[in-house]
Amino acid sequence: MSAALLAVRGLSKRFGGLQAIRDLSFDMAPGEVLGLIGPNGAGKTTAFNLISGFLVPDEGDVVFDDRSLVGLKPHAVCQVGLARTFQIVRPFPRLSVLDNVKIGALGRRPAMAAAREHARAVIARVGLESKMLAAAGALTLPERKRLELARALATEPRLLLLDEVMAGLNPTEIVAILGLIEGINRSGVSILLIEHNMRAVMSLSHRIVVISFGEKIAEGPPAAVANHPKVVEAYLGDAYVHAPQA
Amino acid sequence: MRVACALALAALLVLPLFLSSYAVTLFIFIFFYAYLGQAWNIVGGYAGQLSAGHAAFVGVGAYASAMLSMHAGLTPWIGMFIGGALSACLGVVIGYLGFRFGLRGFYFVLLTVAFAEICRIVALNTEATGGAQGLYIMFTGNPRQFQFQDNRVYYYVALGLMLGATGIAAWIERHRFGAYLSAIRDDEAAAEALGVDTFRYKMLAMTISSFLTGVGGTFYAFYLFSLQPNAVFGIPLSVEIIIRPIVGGAGTLLGPILGSFILSPLAEVSRAYFQAGGWSGAHLIMYGGLLIAVVLFLPQGAYPFIARHLRLGQR
Repeated sequence: MSAALLAVRGLSKRFGGLQAIRDLSFDMAPGEVLGLIGPNGAGKTTAFNLISGFLVPDEGDVVFDDRSLVGLKPHAVCQVGLARTFQIVRPFPRLSVLDNVKIGALGRRPAMAAAREHARAVIARVGLESKMLAAAGALTLPERKRLELARALATEPRLLLLDEVMAGLNPTEIVAILGLIEGINRSGVSILLIEHNMRAVMSLSHRIVVISFGEKIAEGPPAAVANHPKVVEAYLGDAYVHAPQA
Repeated sequence: MRVACALALAALLVLPLFLSSYAVTLFIFIFFYAYLGQAWNIVGGYAGQLSAGHAAFVGVGAYASAMLSMHAGLTPWIGMFIGGALSACLGVVIGYLGFRFGLRGFYFVLLTVAFAEICRIVALNTEATGGAQGLYIMFTGNPRQFQFQDNRVYYYVALGLMLGATGIAAWIERHRFGAYLSAIRDDEAAAEALGVDTFRYKMLAMTISSFLTGVGGTFYAFYLFSLQPNAVFGIPLSVEIIIRPIVGGAGTLLGPILGSFILSPLAEVSRAYFQAGGWSGAHLIMYGGLLIAVVLFLPQGAYPFIARHLRLGQR
Protein backbone atom coordinates (compact mmCIF):
# COMPACT_ATOMS: atom_id res chain seq x y z
CA MET A 1 0.00 0.00 0.00
CA SER A 2 2.48 2.62 1.17
CA ALA A 3 6.08 2.91 0.07
CA ALA A 4 7.22 3.35 3.67
CA LEU A 5 9.61 0.77 5.11
CA LEU A 6 8.50 1.61 8.62
CA ALA A 7 5.24 3.31 9.53
CA VAL A 8 4.61 4.23 13.14
CA ARG A 9 0.92 5.01 13.64
CA GLY A 10 -0.56 6.69 16.70
CA LEU A 11 1.70 4.91 19.15
CA SER A 12 0.91 5.43 22.86
CA LYS A 13 2.35 3.94 26.02
CA ARG A 14 1.57 4.75 29.62
CA PHE A 15 3.53 3.64 32.68
CA GLY A 16 1.17 4.12 35.62
CA GLY A 17 0.68 7.89 35.84
CA LEU A 18 3.33 8.70 33.25
CA GLN A 19 2.32 9.04 29.62
CA ALA A 20 5.68 7.99 28.16
CA ILE A 21 4.60 8.15 24.50
CA ARG A 22 1.48 9.90 23.21
CA ASP A 23 0.10 9.46 19.70
CA LEU A 24 3.47 9.17 18.00
CA SER A 25 3.44 8.79 14.22
CA PHE A 26 6.17 8.94 11.61
CA ASP A 27 7.25 7.17 8.43
CA MET A 28 10.59 5.97 7.18
CA ALA A 29 11.41 5.47 3.53
CA PRO A 30 13.67 2.60 2.43
CA GLY A 31 17.32 3.64 2.64
CA GLU A 32 16.59 6.58 4.90
CA VAL A 33 18.52 7.67 7.98
CA LEU A 34 16.05 9.11 10.47
CA GLY A 35 17.25 10.79 13.64
CA LEU A 36 15.04 10.59 16.72
CA ILE A 37 15.99 13.32 19.15
CA GLY A 38 14.58 14.97 22.22
CA PRO A 39 15.55 16.04 25.72
CA ASN A 40 16.33 13.44 28.40
CA GLY A 41 13.23 11.55 29.40
CA ALA A 42 11.35 12.50 26.24
CA GLY A 43 10.52 8.86 25.52
CA LYS A 44 13.04 8.01 22.79
CA THR A 45 14.13 4.70 24.24
CA THR A 46 10.51 3.84 25.06
CA ALA A 47 9.70 4.42 21.39
CA PHE A 48 12.54 2.06 20.46
CA ASN A 49 11.25 -0.56 22.86
CA LEU A 50 7.76 -0.26 21.40
CA ILE A 51 9.01 -0.62 17.83
CA SER A 52 11.36 -3.52 18.58
CA GLY A 53 8.84 -5.59 20.53
CA PHE A 54 10.33 -5.18 24.01
CA LEU A 55 7.21 -3.24 25.06
CA VAL A 56 3.65 -3.67 23.85
CA PRO A 57 1.94 -0.36 22.97
CA ASP A 58 -1.33 0.60 24.65
CA GLU A 59 -2.53 2.00 21.35
CA GLY A 60 -1.29 2.39 17.82
CA ASP A 61 0.52 0.26 15.30
CA VAL A 62 4.02 -0.33 14.01
CA VAL A 63 4.03 -1.43 10.38
CA PHE A 64 7.24 -2.75 8.87
CA ASP A 65 7.18 -3.58 5.20
CA ASP A 66 3.33 -3.63 5.22
CA ARG A 67 3.26 -5.99 8.17
CA SER A 68 2.22 -5.11 11.72
CA LEU A 69 4.86 -5.81 14.34
CA VAL A 70 2.59 -5.24 17.34
CA GLY A 71 2.36 -8.41 19.40
CA LEU A 72 5.51 -9.93 17.97
CA LYS A 73 8.21 -10.91 20.46
CA PRO A 74 11.57 -9.15 20.03
CA HIS A 75 13.17 -12.21 18.43
CA ALA A 76 10.44 -12.31 15.79
CA VAL A 77 10.88 -8.58 15.12
CA CYS A 78 14.58 -9.24 14.58
CA GLN A 79 13.79 -12.13 12.25
CA VAL A 80 11.67 -9.95 9.96
CA GLY A 81 14.67 -7.66 9.53
CA LEU A 82 14.62 -5.01 12.23
CA ALA A 83 17.62 -5.11 14.60
CA ARG A 84 18.37 -2.87 17.56
CA THR A 85 21.25 -1.96 19.82
CA PHE A 86 20.96 -1.08 23.49
CA GLN A 87 21.86 2.30 24.92
CA ILE A 88 23.55 0.53 27.81
CA VAL A 89 25.57 -2.06 25.93
CA ARG A 90 24.70 -5.66 26.69
CA PRO A 91 27.49 -7.93 25.46
CA PHE A 92 27.49 -11.61 26.38
CA PRO A 93 30.40 -11.12 28.79
CA ARG A 94 31.64 -14.71 28.95
CA LEU A 95 31.60 -15.21 25.20
CA SER A 96 34.35 -14.06 22.87
CA VAL A 97 33.76 -11.18 20.45
CA LEU A 98 33.50 -13.73 17.64
CA ASP A 99 30.91 -15.80 19.53
CA ASN A 100 28.95 -12.67 20.44
CA VAL A 101 28.61 -11.67 16.80
CA LYS A 102 27.98 -15.27 15.79
CA ILE A 103 24.81 -15.30 17.90
CA GLY A 104 23.44 -12.56 15.65
CA ALA A 105 24.61 -14.33 12.49
CA LEU A 106 23.08 -17.71 13.40
CA GLY A 107 19.54 -16.44 12.81
CA ARG A 108 19.91 -16.43 9.04
CA ARG A 109 22.81 -18.89 8.84
CA PRO A 110 22.01 -21.82 11.14
CA ALA A 111 25.20 -23.76 10.34
CA MET A 112 27.98 -22.83 12.76
CA ALA A 113 30.73 -22.59 10.14
CA ALA A 114 28.71 -20.27 7.89
CA ALA A 115 27.71 -18.10 10.84
CA ARG A 116 31.32 -17.89 11.99
CA GLU A 117 32.46 -16.79 8.55
CA HIS A 118 29.80 -14.12 8.38
CA ALA A 119 30.61 -12.97 11.93
CA ARG A 120 34.29 -12.63 11.00
CA ALA A 121 33.41 -10.43 8.06
CA VAL A 122 31.15 -8.20 10.17
CA ILE A 123 33.80 -7.90 12.90
CA ALA A 124 36.32 -6.83 10.28
CA ARG A 125 33.85 -4.26 9.00
CA VAL A 126 33.50 -2.60 12.41
CA GLY A 127 37.26 -2.80 13.00
CA LEU A 128 37.39 -5.26 15.88
CA GLU A 129 39.57 -7.93 14.19
CA SER A 130 42.31 -7.60 16.78
CA LYS A 131 39.81 -8.43 19.54
CA MET A 132 38.18 -11.36 17.75
CA LEU A 133 38.95 -13.91 20.45
CA ALA A 134 38.90 -11.63 23.49
CA ALA A 135 36.10 -12.12 26.01
CA ALA A 136 33.47 -9.43 25.47
CA GLY A 137 33.56 -8.64 29.19
CA ALA A 138 37.16 -7.46 28.80
CA LEU A 139 36.51 -4.83 26.10
CA THR A 140 36.72 -1.05 26.58
CA LEU A 141 33.55 1.03 26.17
CA PRO A 142 34.28 2.15 22.57
CA GLU A 143 34.98 -1.46 21.66
CA ARG A 144 31.75 -2.56 23.30
CA LYS A 145 29.83 0.01 21.27
CA ARG A 146 31.34 -1.43 18.11
CA LEU A 147 30.54 -4.94 19.27
CA GLU A 148 26.93 -3.91 19.93
CA LEU A 149 26.76 -2.56 16.39
CA ALA A 150 28.43 -5.64 14.91
CA ARG A 151 26.03 -8.02 16.61
CA ALA A 152 22.98 -6.17 15.34
CA LEU A 153 24.52 -5.92 11.87
CA ALA A 154 25.22 -9.66 11.82
CA THR A 155 21.47 -10.34 11.89
CA GLU A 156 21.40 -8.77 8.39
CA PRO A 157 18.66 -6.26 9.12
CA ARG A 158 16.93 -4.00 6.63
CA LEU A 159 16.35 -1.48 9.38
CA LEU A 160 18.85 -0.83 12.15
CA LEU A 161 17.77 0.91 15.36
CA LEU A 162 20.78 2.53 17.00
CA ASP A 163 20.29 3.76 20.55
CA GLU A 164 23.07 6.23 21.37
CA VAL A 165 25.94 4.31 19.86
CA MET A 166 28.14 7.40 20.22
CA ALA A 167 27.51 8.18 23.89
CA GLY A 168 30.70 8.04 25.90
CA LEU A 169 33.01 8.15 22.87
CA ASN A 170 35.67 10.80 22.27
CA PRO A 171 35.61 12.98 19.11
CA THR A 172 38.06 10.79 17.20
CA GLU A 173 36.06 7.68 17.96
CA ILE A 174 32.85 9.47 16.95
CA VAL A 175 34.29 10.37 13.57
CA ALA A 176 35.26 6.74 13.06
CA ILE A 177 31.83 5.40 14.00
CA LEU A 178 30.11 8.07 11.86
CA GLY A 179 31.98 6.76 8.84
CA LEU A 180 31.00 3.25 9.78
CA ILE A 181 27.30 4.10 10.05
CA GLU A 182 27.37 5.97 6.73
CA GLY A 183 28.93 2.91 5.14
CA ILE A 184 26.22 0.66 6.57
CA ASN A 185 23.55 2.99 5.21
CA ARG A 186 25.18 3.07 1.79
CA SER A 187 25.04 -0.72 1.70
CA GLY A 188 21.24 -0.39 1.74
CA VAL A 189 20.35 -0.58 5.42
CA SER A 190 17.90 2.02 6.71
CA ILE A 191 18.82 3.51 10.06
CA LEU A 192 16.72 4.90 12.89
CA LEU A 193 19.02 6.73 15.23
CA ILE A 194 18.65 8.02 18.78
CA GLU A 195 21.52 10.36 19.46
CA HIS A 196 22.41 13.17 21.82
CA ASN A 197 25.45 14.25 19.88
CA MET A 198 23.84 16.99 17.77
CA ARG A 199 26.64 17.40 15.29
CA ALA A 200 26.61 13.68 14.60
CA VAL A 201 22.86 13.37 14.27
CA MET A 202 22.63 16.48 12.07
CA SER A 203 25.29 15.24 9.69
CA LEU A 204 24.01 11.67 9.48
CA SER A 205 20.25 12.07 9.30
CA HIS A 206 18.25 12.72 6.16
CA ARG A 207 15.33 13.73 8.35
CA ILE A 208 14.80 14.25 12.05
CA VAL A 209 11.84 13.63 14.35
CA VAL A 210 11.87 15.54 17.63
CA ILE A 211 9.89 14.35 20.62
CA SER A 212 9.35 15.99 23.98
CA PHE A 213 7.33 14.62 26.89
CA GLY A 214 6.33 11.69 24.71
CA GLU A 215 4.89 13.76 21.86
CA LYS A 216 6.25 14.61 18.44
CA ILE A 217 6.90 18.35 18.31
CA ALA A 218 8.72 18.67 15.02
CA GLU A 219 9.76 16.71 11.96
CA GLY A 220 11.77 17.60 8.90
CA PRO A 221 15.23 18.07 7.42
CA PRO A 222 17.99 18.66 10.01
CA ALA A 223 18.47 22.37 9.35
CA ALA A 224 14.76 23.18 9.58
CA VAL A 225 14.29 21.16 12.73
CA ALA A 226 17.26 22.77 14.49
CA ASN A 227 15.70 26.21 14.18
CA HIS A 228 12.14 25.16 14.90
CA PRO A 229 10.84 27.28 17.81
CA LYS A 230 9.30 24.31 19.61
CA VAL A 231 12.59 22.41 19.44
CA VAL A 232 14.55 25.34 20.81
CA GLU A 233 11.97 25.69 23.57
CA ALA A 234 12.13 21.98 24.45
CA TYR A 235 15.89 21.99 24.70
CA LEU A 236 16.63 25.43 26.13
CA GLY A 237 13.35 26.79 27.54
CA ASP A 238 10.99 29.36 25.98
CA ALA A 239 13.24 32.30 27.00
CA TYR A 240 15.51 31.33 24.13
CA VAL A 241 12.85 31.02 21.45
CA HIS A 242 12.96 34.68 20.50
CA ALA A 243 16.60 35.28 21.34
CA PRO A 244 18.77 36.44 18.44
CA GLN A 245 20.64 33.67 16.70
CA ALA A 246 24.32 33.42 17.57
CA MET B 1 43.00 -33.34 24.35
CA ARG B 2 41.40 -35.98 22.13
CA VAL B 3 44.20 -38.42 22.88
CA ALA B 4 43.87 -37.82 26.61
CA CYS B 5 40.12 -38.46 26.46
CA ALA B 6 40.59 -41.64 24.43
CA LEU B 7 43.21 -42.93 26.88
CA ALA B 8 40.99 -42.12 29.86
CA LEU B 9 38.09 -43.90 28.20
CA ALA B 10 40.19 -46.98 27.47
CA ALA B 11 41.36 -47.01 31.09
CA LEU B 12 37.78 -46.80 32.36
CA LEU B 13 36.76 -49.68 30.09
CA VAL B 14 39.36 -52.11 31.42
CA LEU B 15 39.42 -50.81 35.00
CA PRO B 16 36.72 -53.11 36.47
CA LEU B 17 38.89 -56.12 35.72
CA PHE B 18 41.36 -54.95 38.34
CA LEU B 19 39.14 -53.28 40.93
CA SER B 20 37.70 -54.57 44.18
CA SER B 21 33.95 -54.76 44.46
CA TYR B 22 33.92 -51.71 46.74
CA ALA B 23 35.95 -49.67 44.27
CA VAL B 24 33.60 -50.69 41.46
CA THR B 25 30.68 -49.41 43.56
CA LEU B 26 32.52 -46.14 44.05
CA PHE B 27 32.99 -45.75 40.30
CA ILE B 28 29.31 -46.53 39.72
CA PHE B 29 28.42 -43.61 41.97
CA ILE B 30 30.93 -41.38 40.20
CA PHE B 31 29.49 -42.21 36.77
CA PHE B 32 25.87 -42.05 37.86
CA TYR B 33 26.19 -38.65 39.53
CA ALA B 34 28.27 -37.41 36.61
CA TYR B 35 25.39 -38.51 34.37
CA LEU B 36 22.80 -36.68 36.48
CA GLY B 37 25.12 -33.67 36.66
CA GLN B 38 25.53 -33.66 32.88
CA ALA B 39 21.76 -33.86 32.41
CA TRP B 40 21.33 -30.91 34.78
CA ASN B 41 24.18 -29.09 33.04
CA ILE B 42 22.14 -28.73 29.85
CA VAL B 43 19.56 -26.48 31.48
CA GLY B 44 21.43 -25.35 34.60
CA GLY B 45 24.90 -24.90 33.15
CA TYR B 46 24.66 -24.06 29.45
CA ALA B 47 21.34 -22.22 29.67
CA GLY B 48 22.00 -20.85 33.15
CA GLN B 49 18.52 -21.71 34.46
CA LEU B 50 19.23 -22.87 37.99
CA SER B 51 16.90 -25.76 38.65
CA ALA B 52 17.28 -26.86 42.26
CA GLY B 53 14.57 -29.50 42.04
CA HIS B 54 16.01 -32.03 39.62
CA ALA B 55 15.37 -34.77 42.17
CA ALA B 56 11.73 -34.54 41.07
CA PHE B 57 12.72 -35.93 37.65
CA VAL B 58 14.80 -38.73 39.17
CA GLY B 59 11.85 -39.62 41.37
CA VAL B 60 9.23 -39.58 38.64
CA GLY B 61 11.44 -41.68 36.37
CA ALA B 62 12.29 -44.12 39.15
CA TYR B 63 8.73 -44.62 40.40
CA ALA B 64 7.37 -44.90 36.86
CA SER B 65 9.69 -47.66 35.70
CA ALA B 66 9.55 -49.48 39.06
CA MET B 67 5.75 -49.50 39.12
CA LEU B 68 5.50 -50.46 35.46
CA SER B 69 7.83 -53.35 36.16
CA MET B 70 6.05 -54.47 39.36
CA HIS B 71 2.45 -54.10 38.22
CA ALA B 72 2.56 -54.48 34.45
CA GLY B 73 5.66 -56.64 34.08
CA LEU B 74 7.19 -54.13 31.71
CA THR B 75 10.93 -54.42 31.37
CA PRO B 76 12.76 -51.39 32.82
CA TRP B 77 14.74 -51.19 29.60
CA ILE B 78 11.56 -49.80 28.07
CA GLY B 79 10.23 -48.36 31.33
CA MET B 80 13.25 -46.09 31.60
CA PHE B 81 12.16 -44.23 28.49
CA ILE B 82 8.57 -44.00 29.67
CA GLY B 83 9.87 -42.67 32.99
CA GLY B 84 12.03 -40.23 31.07
CA ALA B 85 9.05 -39.09 29.02
CA LEU B 86 6.95 -38.54 32.16
CA SER B 87 9.79 -36.56 33.71
CA ALA B 88 10.03 -34.53 30.53
CA CYS B 89 6.28 -33.77 30.82
CA LEU B 90 6.87 -32.51 34.35
CA GLY B 91 9.86 -30.53 33.05
CA VAL B 92 7.65 -28.93 30.41
CA VAL B 93 5.11 -27.88 33.05
CA ILE B 94 7.79 -26.41 35.35
CA GLY B 95 9.58 -24.81 32.43
CA TYR B 96 6.42 -23.30 31.02
CA LEU B 97 5.44 -21.78 34.37
CA GLY B 98 8.94 -20.48 34.98
CA PHE B 99 9.80 -19.20 31.51
CA ARG B 100 6.41 -18.01 30.36
CA PHE B 101 6.10 -15.82 33.42
CA GLY B 102 9.71 -14.72 33.38
CA LEU B 103 10.88 -16.20 36.67
CA ARG B 104 14.63 -15.70 36.84
CA GLY B 105 17.40 -16.45 39.29
CA PHE B 106 16.19 -17.19 42.78
CA TYR B 107 12.54 -17.22 41.76
CA PHE B 108 13.16 -20.04 39.32
CA VAL B 109 15.15 -21.87 42.00
CA LEU B 110 12.17 -21.59 44.37
CA LEU B 111 9.74 -22.78 41.72
CA THR B 112 11.77 -25.91 40.99
CA VAL B 113 12.27 -26.68 44.69
CA ALA B 114 8.55 -26.25 45.27
CA PHE B 115 7.69 -28.75 42.54
CA ALA B 116 10.13 -31.32 43.90
CA GLU B 117 8.63 -30.90 47.36
CA ILE B 118 5.11 -31.30 45.98
CA CYS B 119 6.20 -34.54 44.32
CA ARG B 120 7.73 -35.75 47.58
CA ILE B 121 4.60 -35.01 49.60
CA VAL B 122 2.33 -36.57 47.01
CA ALA B 123 4.45 -39.72 46.94
CA LEU B 124 4.50 -39.82 50.74
CA ASN B 125 0.71 -39.75 50.89
CA THR B 126 -0.23 -41.93 47.95
CA GLU B 127 -0.97 -45.56 48.63
CA ALA B 128 -0.14 -46.68 45.10
CA THR B 129 3.44 -45.48 45.49
CA GLY B 130 3.81 -47.20 48.84
CA GLY B 131 3.52 -44.03 50.90
CA ALA B 132 6.35 -43.30 53.32
CA GLN B 133 7.54 -46.90 53.11
CA GLY B 134 8.13 -46.56 49.44
CA LEU B 135 8.69 -49.41 47.03
CA TYR B 136 10.96 -52.39 47.31
CA ILE B 137 12.04 -54.18 44.19
CA MET B 138 12.69 -57.88 44.46
CA PHE B 139 16.17 -58.90 43.39
CA THR B 140 16.04 -61.54 40.68
CA GLY B 141 19.38 -60.97 39.02
CA ASN B 142 17.59 -61.09 35.69
CA PRO B 143 19.19 -58.76 33.11
CA ARG B 144 15.78 -58.36 31.51
CA GLN B 145 14.70 -56.74 34.79
CA PHE B 146 17.70 -54.38 34.74
CA GLN B 147 19.26 -56.51 37.47
CA PHE B 148 22.69 -58.03 37.38
CA GLN B 149 24.50 -60.57 39.54
CA ASP B 150 27.79 -58.95 38.69
CA ASN B 151 28.29 -55.43 39.99
CA ARG B 152 30.53 -54.73 37.03
CA VAL B 153 27.58 -54.74 34.65
CA TYR B 154 26.15 -51.78 36.56
CA TYR B 155 29.56 -50.17 36.15
CA TYR B 156 29.32 -50.40 32.38
CA VAL B 157 25.69 -49.29 32.30
CA ALA B 158 26.52 -46.22 34.43
CA LEU B 159 29.56 -45.50 32.28
CA GLY B 160 27.35 -45.76 29.20
CA LEU B 161 24.82 -43.34 30.66
CA MET B 162 27.54 -40.83 31.48
CA LEU B 163 29.08 -41.07 28.03
CA GLY B 164 25.68 -40.87 26.35
CA ALA B 165 24.70 -37.69 28.20
CA THR B 166 28.14 -36.22 27.55
CA GLY B 167 27.76 -37.04 23.86
CA ILE B 168 24.43 -35.21 23.78
CA ALA B 169 25.93 -32.22 25.60
CA ALA B 170 28.85 -32.22 23.16
CA TRP B 171 26.46 -32.21 20.22
CA ILE B 172 24.50 -29.32 21.72
CA GLU B 173 27.70 -27.39 22.36
CA ARG B 174 28.76 -27.64 18.74
CA HIS B 175 25.49 -26.49 17.25
CA ARG B 176 23.36 -23.36 17.15
CA PHE B 177 21.29 -24.66 20.04
CA GLY B 178 24.29 -24.58 22.37
CA ALA B 179 25.45 -21.17 21.19
CA TYR B 180 21.96 -19.81 21.83
CA LEU B 181 21.87 -21.36 25.30
CA SER B 182 25.10 -19.67 26.32
CA ALA B 183 23.77 -16.36 24.96
CA ILE B 184 20.62 -16.82 27.03
CA ARG B 185 22.74 -17.55 30.10
CA ASP B 186 24.81 -14.39 29.61
CA ASP B 187 22.04 -11.90 28.73
CA GLU B 188 18.53 -12.94 27.87
CA ALA B 189 17.28 -9.58 26.59
CA ALA B 190 20.29 -9.20 24.31
CA ALA B 191 19.71 -12.72 22.98
CA GLU B 192 16.06 -11.87 22.21
CA ALA B 193 17.15 -8.71 20.41
CA LEU B 194 19.43 -10.80 18.19
CA GLY B 195 16.61 -13.08 17.07
CA VAL B 196 16.89 -15.85 19.65
CA ASP B 197 13.52 -17.29 20.67
CA THR B 198 14.62 -17.52 24.30
CA PHE B 199 11.40 -19.14 25.54
CA ARG B 200 11.60 -21.92 22.99
CA TYR B 201 15.25 -22.72 23.59
CA LYS B 202 14.90 -22.67 27.36
CA MET B 203 11.92 -25.03 27.08
CA LEU B 204 13.92 -27.32 24.81
CA ALA B 205 16.85 -27.38 27.24
CA MET B 206 14.52 -28.10 30.16
CA THR B 207 12.79 -30.91 28.27
CA ILE B 208 16.01 -32.66 27.27
CA SER B 209 17.46 -32.22 30.75
CA SER B 210 14.40 -33.55 32.56
CA PHE B 211 14.10 -36.47 30.14
CA LEU B 212 17.67 -37.57 30.73
CA THR B 213 17.34 -37.10 34.47
CA GLY B 214 14.17 -39.22 34.42
CA VAL B 215 16.00 -41.98 32.56
CA GLY B 216 18.55 -41.87 35.38
CA GLY B 217 15.73 -42.60 37.82
CA THR B 218 15.45 -46.13 36.45
CA PHE B 219 19.09 -46.77 37.16
CA TYR B 220 18.59 -45.42 40.68
CA ALA B 221 15.60 -47.72 41.31
CA PHE B 222 17.12 -50.89 39.88
CA TYR B 223 20.53 -50.39 41.38
CA LEU B 224 19.38 -49.65 44.93
CA PHE B 225 16.20 -51.82 44.80
CA SER B 226 14.29 -49.45 47.03
CA LEU B 227 12.58 -46.11 46.60
CA GLN B 228 11.60 -43.80 49.43
CA PRO B 229 9.99 -40.44 48.73
CA ASN B 230 12.30 -38.59 51.11
CA ALA B 231 15.38 -40.01 49.43
CA VAL B 232 14.36 -39.86 45.78
CA PHE B 233 12.40 -36.60 45.76
CA GLY B 234 14.28 -34.88 48.61
CA ILE B 235 16.28 -31.66 48.49
CA PRO B 236 19.51 -33.51 49.41
CA LEU B 237 19.38 -35.44 46.12
CA SER B 238 18.80 -32.20 44.20
CA VAL B 239 21.86 -30.78 45.92
CA GLU B 240 23.89 -33.85 44.98
CA ILE B 241 22.87 -33.34 41.35
CA ILE B 242 23.72 -29.64 41.24
CA ILE B 243 26.90 -29.49 43.23
CA ARG B 244 29.03 -31.66 40.95
CA PRO B 245 28.67 -29.59 37.78
CA ILE B 246 29.04 -26.37 39.78
CA VAL B 247 32.25 -27.54 41.44
CA GLY B 248 33.53 -29.01 38.18
CA GLY B 249 32.42 -26.14 35.98
CA ALA B 250 28.82 -25.46 34.99
CA GLY B 251 28.31 -25.01 31.28
CA THR B 252 31.45 -26.94 30.37
CA LEU B 253 31.41 -30.38 28.81
CA LEU B 254 33.78 -32.05 31.26
CA GLY B 255 32.77 -30.05 34.33
CA PRO B 256 30.11 -32.48 35.62
CA ILE B 257 32.45 -35.44 35.15
CA LEU B 258 35.38 -33.74 36.86
CA GLY B 259 33.08 -32.56 39.65
CA SER B 260 31.84 -36.08 40.19
CA PHE B 261 35.36 -37.49 40.29
CA ILE B 262 36.20 -34.90 42.96
CA LEU B 263 33.03 -35.08 45.03
CA SER B 264 31.62 -38.60 44.79
CA PRO B 265 34.60 -40.32 46.45
CA LEU B 266 34.76 -37.53 49.02
CA ALA B 267 31.06 -37.91 49.78
CA GLU B 268 31.33 -41.68 49.99
CA VAL B 269 34.32 -41.67 52.31
CA SER B 270 33.03 -38.90 54.55
CA ARG B 271 29.59 -40.46 54.68
CA ALA B 272 31.10 -43.74 55.83
CA TYR B 273 33.26 -42.02 58.45
CA PHE B 274 30.67 -39.56 59.71
CA GLN B 275 28.01 -42.21 59.89
CA ALA B 276 30.30 -44.50 61.88
CA GLY B 277 30.84 -41.63 64.31
CA GLY B 278 27.12 -40.97 64.61
CA TRP B 279 27.37 -37.81 62.46
CA SER B 280 25.23 -38.84 59.54
CA GLY B 281 24.42 -35.87 57.34
CA ALA B 282 27.65 -34.08 58.21
CA HIS B 283 28.81 -34.54 54.62
CA LEU B 284 26.16 -32.00 53.63
CA ILE B 285 27.90 -29.43 55.81
CA MET B 286 31.10 -30.26 53.98
CA TYR B 287 29.28 -29.66 50.66
CA GLY B 288 28.22 -26.25 51.94
CA GLY B 289 31.79 -25.33 52.83
CA LEU B 290 33.09 -26.60 49.50
CA LEU B 291 30.44 -24.69 47.59
CA ILE B 292 31.41 -21.45 49.35
CA ALA B 293 35.05 -22.09 48.56
CA VAL B 294 34.31 -22.73 44.89
CA VAL B 295 32.15 -19.64 44.54
CA LEU B 296 34.86 -17.55 46.22
CA PHE B 297 37.95 -18.89 44.52
CA LEU B 298 36.85 -20.69 41.34
CA PRO B 299 33.52 -19.15 40.35
CA GLN B 300 33.71 -20.82 36.93
CA GLY B 301 34.41 -24.21 38.51
CA ALA B 302 37.43 -26.49 38.53
CA TYR B 303 37.54 -27.46 34.85
CA PRO B 304 38.07 -23.98 33.36
CA PHE B 305 40.75 -23.40 36.00
CA ILE B 306 42.59 -26.60 35.16
CA ALA B 307 42.12 -26.10 31.42
CA ARG B 308 43.64 -22.64 31.67
CA HIS B 309 46.64 -23.94 33.55
CA LEU B 310 47.20 -26.88 31.24
CA ARG B 311 46.52 -24.62 28.23
CA LEU B 312 43.79 -26.88 26.94
CA GLY B 313 41.11 -25.60 24.63
CA GLN B 314 37.99 -24.25 26.32
CA ARG B 315 35.53 -27.08 26.30
